[in-house]
Amino acid sequence: MRFGHLPIGPRDVPLVATAAVLIAAFLAGAIRYDHFASWLVARNLLVDNAFLGIAAVGTTFVILGGGIDLSVGAVMAFTSVLVARLIEHGGVHPSLAVLLAILIGVLFGAMQGALIRLFALPAFLVTLAGMFLARGLAFAVHPESLGIRHAFVAETLNDTLAFTLPLGRRGIMIPFTVVIATATFAAAWWLLRQTPFGRSVYAIGDDEHAATLMGLPVARSRIAVYALAGGLSALAGVVFALHQQAGDPTACKGLELEAIAAVVIGGTLLRGGVGSVVGTAMGVMILGLIQTIISFEGTLSSWWTKIVVGALVLLFVGLQRGIDAFASRSRPVTR
Amino acid sequence: MAERPLVGELLATLRAIRWPLLALLAMVVIGAFAAPGFIGVELRDGRLFGTPIDILNHGSKVAIVALGMTLVIATGGVDLSVGAVVALAAATLATLVSEQGVGWPWAMAGALGVGLIAGLWNGLLVTWLRLQPIVATLVLMVAGRGIAQLITGGLIVTVREPEVSFVGNGAIVGLPATLWLLLAVAILIAALTRRTALGLFIESVGDNDEAARLAGVPAAAVRLIAYAFCGACAGVAGLIDCAYIRAADVNNAGQLLELDAILAVVIGGTALTGGRFTLVGSIVGAMLMQTLTKLLYMLNVSAEIAPAPKALVVLAVCLLQSPTLRAAIARRLPRRGGDGAPA
Repeated sequence: MRFGHLPIGPRDVPLVATAAVLIAAFLAGAIRYDHFASWLVARNLLVDNAFLGIAAVGTTFVILGGGIDLSVGAVMAFTSVLVARLIEHGGVHPSLAVLLAILIGVLFGAMQGALIRLFALPAFLVTLAGMFLARGLAFAVHPESLGIRHAFVAETLNDTLAFTLPLGRRGIMIPFTVVIATATFAAAWWLLRQTPFGRSVYAIGDDEHAATLMGLPVARSRIAVYALAGGLSALAGVVFALHQQAGDPTACKGLELEAIAAVVIGGTLLRGGVGSVVGTAMGVMILGLIQTIISFEGTLSSWWTKIVVGALVLLFVGLQRGIDAFASRSRPVTR
Repeated sequence: MAERPLVGELLATLRAIRWPLLALLAMVVIGAFAAPGFIGVELRDGRLFGTPIDILNHGSKVAIVALGMTLVIATGGVDLSVGAVVALAAATLATLVSEQGVGWPWAMAGALGVGLIAGLWNGLLVTWLRLQPIVATLVLMVAGRGIAQLITGGLIVTVREPEVSFVGNGAIVGLPATLWLLLAVAILIAALTRRTALGLFIESVGDNDEAARLAGVPAAAVRLIAYAFCGACAGVAGLIDCAYIRAADVNNAGQLLELDAILAVVIGGTALTGGRFTLVGSIVGAMLMQTLTKLLYMLNVSAEIAPAPKALVVLAVCLLQSPTLRAAIARRLPRRGGDGAPA
């Protein structure tokens, strides 16, 4: 179903709606508050949401493939504190610690994927258990927040990866966390659009049975998606730890919900098969903008964020439902 | 409807919940050996004290939520918002009693009403908007706690009424009031689902929505009732939570309760895919979760680390119940009669 020769179908409506909400939220802030439309606010938006963005990319893959991952926040906390412990108490070099942490994240995700795929257990149940497990392990690694004082993290990393944009009066310093997040989004876009793996993720999410009949490697792709999500959660946790210069077992509680909200607001269908990381990037920015606006408002308490995010999720899933109903009515019945 | 023989019914129930029951027994035996005082109960001031009573007291809250969750899961759905609804109900009760000066019976009714409305809201999203249950209840899970904070103004509202406190701390005939509350909720739900056609309707909707609808079952109404029940049960749990600590702490009330409740239902033997459900199994599952928690505490595992072993137990129980794994094991084992070649 296409509108004339435009490459826009009803499935793309959510993405257009997302862009509209993003622009509207920014304009609302810019008109209502002085100093809102500044490079500094834009920079903070990126910096504060870098690790959420990385985690949301992993969630995008999982949801596109028709699954769900609730272990994101707990895995982030686990890897953040693991990296801190390895560097501070284990005397491991930060780069090695980071690699190790990401590897463990990939293994953790692959195990969840294997349980879901091979034993036909529901995804939300397995990742719920994974969430408990990772959160408990985080506290077992170190019961409280642990600072990272290694010179490599404090100086070398920022010196090599951070850069200053010639914007505003004194330039805008972009920290390495934003660089890593941007690279993650670019890599994810390439993986989804340009590789056979990406195409099979879409195919499995759209119709797993059809994907099997087409001879796609369904089992392998399914497990790979969860492994990738685990790895990205670990990367997000590492970025969080390096940014805060501390690992914290209590960190990122409920972050998986924010990631899912960002993905849904970004126009990815929750039943899988339709969506993009571009939408997710916009979804993360919308969540960030809501938080910024509420902090600019001053008198509004932070819990309004939760209410507005809940309402936005409802709005977008409602929109998805409407489009689904519309699309299935204008197509011959196949099932 | 012909009465089934009572003994047969009892045996059938026991058969259905034999795995969680065995796990619970194993846990108690391990506890008795590993932690001194794990099975001791004593009578003081006309009420019972001891670790088992503690487990029953705290387990009752989880069990009440799990009972409501059982109905929702039996329809093939799930309710992720129960934790937030607990916070909502607790906030309503505390604010009505302490700040609005409403009498405690009305405030309690108000809290239950809020739970019921929350459940109806979830049910409407699932039936009317036809959203996936995970998504529909995710909305309230995210926003509900925010609304609860809005009600209390972000503060911890304390409650001084002794009648309210009794619900969480009191004892009737030596046993915790919460246990009696659980019994009342369980009997109500059992009567409604096992002595009327409602239970059959719920199972048929969970088993095959389309077939149930074609057979004349009002599928949407059945789903709506299940979610409403679940919300009301979460409301009761909110009441208990508020009564126990004599305050509404919306940041912590019902935190992670949705997980404990879902796991209790699954461990109890109700399939997450919907269809047949067991209420007794869910109660045993909830007590199993609570016993495990208590055992870990008594073994000096910190409250923060405790979720990790809990998760492993849950995964193990789920794997044991997984038809795929059972089929795989059955294929490996030689069949009785000796002619079973591996397929």
